[in-house]
Amino acid sequence: MSREDLHSISLLVNNKPGVLIRISLVFARRGYNIDSLVVSPAHNRQFSRMSITASGDPDTLVLILGQLNKLVDVIHATDHTGDVVVQRELALIKVDCTAERRTEVLQISEHFKCQSVDISDTTVLLEATGNSDKLDALELMLEKHGIVEIVRSGKLVMARGASAT
Amino acid sequence: MNAATRTGAQAIIDGLQQQGVEYVFGYPGGANMPIFDALLDSSLKLILVRHEQGATHMADGYARASGKPGVVFVTSGPGATNAITGIMTAQMDSAPLVVICGQTVVGNLGLDAFQEADVSGISYPVVKHSYLIKNANDTPRIIREAFFLAETGRPGPVLIDMPKDIALAPVTLDSGGEMHLPGYTIPTHGDSDQIATVAQCLHEAKRPLLLVGHGALISDAGKAVRHLAERMQIPVTTTLLGKGAFPETHDLSLGMLGMHGTVYANKAVMNCDLIMSIGSRWDDRIIGKADEFCDGAVKIHIDIDATEFNKLITVDYCIHGDARLVVEELNTMLQPGDTKAWLAEVAKFKRQFPLTFKKKGGLKAQSVLYELDQLVGGDAVFTTDVGQHQMWAAQFCRTTERNHWISSGGAGTMGFGFPAAIGAQLAFPGKTVIAVVGDGGFQMTMAELPTAAVNKLPVKVLIINNSYLGMVRQWQNIFFDNRLSGVKLEGNPDFVKLAEACGGKGLRIKRNADIKRVLQQALDYNDGPCVIDAEVEKEDNVFPMIPSGEPYSSMLLENPRTKMAQPRGST
Repeated sequence: MSREDLHSISLLVNNKPGVLIRISLVFARRGYNIDSLVVSPAHNRQFSRMSITASGDPDTLVLILGQLNKLVDVIHATDHTGDVVVQRELALIKVDCTAERRTEVLQISEHFKCQSVDISDTTVLLEATGNSDKLDALELMLEKHGIVEIVRSGKLVMARGASAT
Repeated sequence: MNAATRTGAQAIIDGLQQQGVEYVFGYPGGANMPIFDALLDSSLKLILVRHEQGATHMADGYARASGKPGVVFVTSGPGATNAITGIMTAQMDSAPLVVICGQTVVGNLGLDAFQEADVSGISYPVVKHSYLIKNANDTPRIIREAFFLAETGRPGPVLIDMPKDIALAPVTLDSGGEMHLPGYTIPTHGDSDQIATVAQCLHEAKRPLLLVGHGALISDAGKAVRHLAERMQIPVTTTLLGKGAFPETHDLSLGMLGMHGTVYANKAVMNCDLIMSIGSRWDDRIIGKADEFCDGAVKIHIDIDATEFNKLITVDYCIHGDARLVVEELNTMLQPGDTKAWLAEVAKFKRQFPLTFKKKGGLKAQSVLYELDQLVGGDAVFTTDVGQHQMWAAQFCRTTERNHWISSGGAGTMGFGFPAAIGAQLAFPGKTVIAVVGDGGFQMTMAELPTAAVNKLPVKVLIINNSYLGMVRQWQNIFFDNRLSGVKLEGNPDFVKLAEACGGKGLRIKRNADIKRVLQQALDYNDGPCVIDAEVEKEDNVFPMIPSGEPYSSMLLENPRTKMAQPRGST
């Protein structure tokens, strides 16, 4: 699936049980796959923020946004694809790395402004933040050395300036 | 707990009384006994049903007839799952229900306790909203919110799951339980500029058509729609659920459109240059083949639910708002155009292709329904089940008043008609209420005959009995080379004896000569339910018919002589 089919959606929702399932049902019923999902309490703890990236055709997305906004527990749902937003993601990457290749891996890590948060005889664990494209590029570079495990937080999105997310 | 302290269960009953609820349709069980106990000390009248599906359809019929939410009490597990069909039916047709389910105690949730099911979880795809109460203090607020959500905006069912220990726990909160619904808004007035643009389009149109749906009835837009049609001289067609939003006896009425709509309504759809939907969602029964529907005509859509815009049909103008408020505003901007030639053309369609049927041969369903229409003269509430009889009733039983036609449209739920009539009869105690059902659908919920009898409800149940699942047989006949599979209803009970055994009256129509006499006898019987078993011709098909997913131009007016290809639509 091409990048164009990936949509970045932010939601402000009630912070209570069952809300996530109602939201994921809207995606599932229309055949949309949720690629990443981040949920955290909002500044006002009555609400939660959700950042969702999902892939599927744009016409269906319009319908999905409408149906999300129709849910009683959703305060608002917005598609940020193409908007001016700040977007960040965090990744933890464990690389297969013995002492002799360590320098090379750490060079890459430095270039991508990662932190090495753990080192063992055979591995290096890097922490990287940035937009998702940067993390994709980093992943590609480290792939050559052998990625043992990778965990990505999923995309966080916030509107720039005074606009609301 | 002092004497003044209320329990969660009592708070539910208090809440219902504050909402002005008169009837509760219900069935008790282990988990909702505290609620049934609290019910004893209230003014609410319980209609004890025989099956929970019946309770939800009764509440639905009551809601659609009265315009007020129907209330259902069921117990946990199977009690609640039996109610799901009725809840889904209400959701598809935007009927306001408040369904209160008993649930196992909070500590047992998710532990496979006896009669435990994740009912709020099961409900999510088929409700407008649902609640699981975990704190008795939330009860007053949740009851208030449930009614507000059920009946405002686009109405729908709201489910409340009430654990037994919460129902027995004290409500210690003093406040009245203020609603807190920050994510819920109710559209009211439409955008005035858009409405002005639409007024101009109506003025310019030479062959305009109004398509009126259930939303117009829900918002009570009938008067405004009539003014619009008469002032602008625009013909009106209604959807199955929109019957009654515009009198079908009116000169400008074309009756129902779509798959089994009248030829003249469908011809008008094919030839119009503007079509404006007022509270209809351009359902697949109406549009046939979406990309050819009203090709070239200006399409306008008034709806309270923005998710209906451009869903199946791409329209030129959308007005987001309440149908009545939008049409009333539109009515202040009208400039009549010239539709004389168009009305003459439509009148010609009516003359050329009247709604008709072959009267020769045995007893026809259409004859029975036609005579019934003549006898009641619009002064009766009709409910229907789903299938051939439903389409014939929609064609031949003309509806002239709001909330006098109650049918399962979106969900197409067999078994709906009879219990819905019980609910409608309670909403309209003095009215004649007639359930038109098939022999198939009736057997799904005929267990409610004793419910009607014990409550002395004079509901008429007209069974269009052809000993077949007629609509499926019709499809097998037309599209499957008449290879009949699983449609012959052998072993039907004797419905007359059944009615008598359940404390009602049973009558039978076997031949044309019986029709008027027997129907009159049924209309005159008021001591309880009356079942009329009309043994109609077995293998008749409903026409006109636009095969599902096909364009209007493929409308069939009679049985095709050659084998037809499978239609593209689903059902």
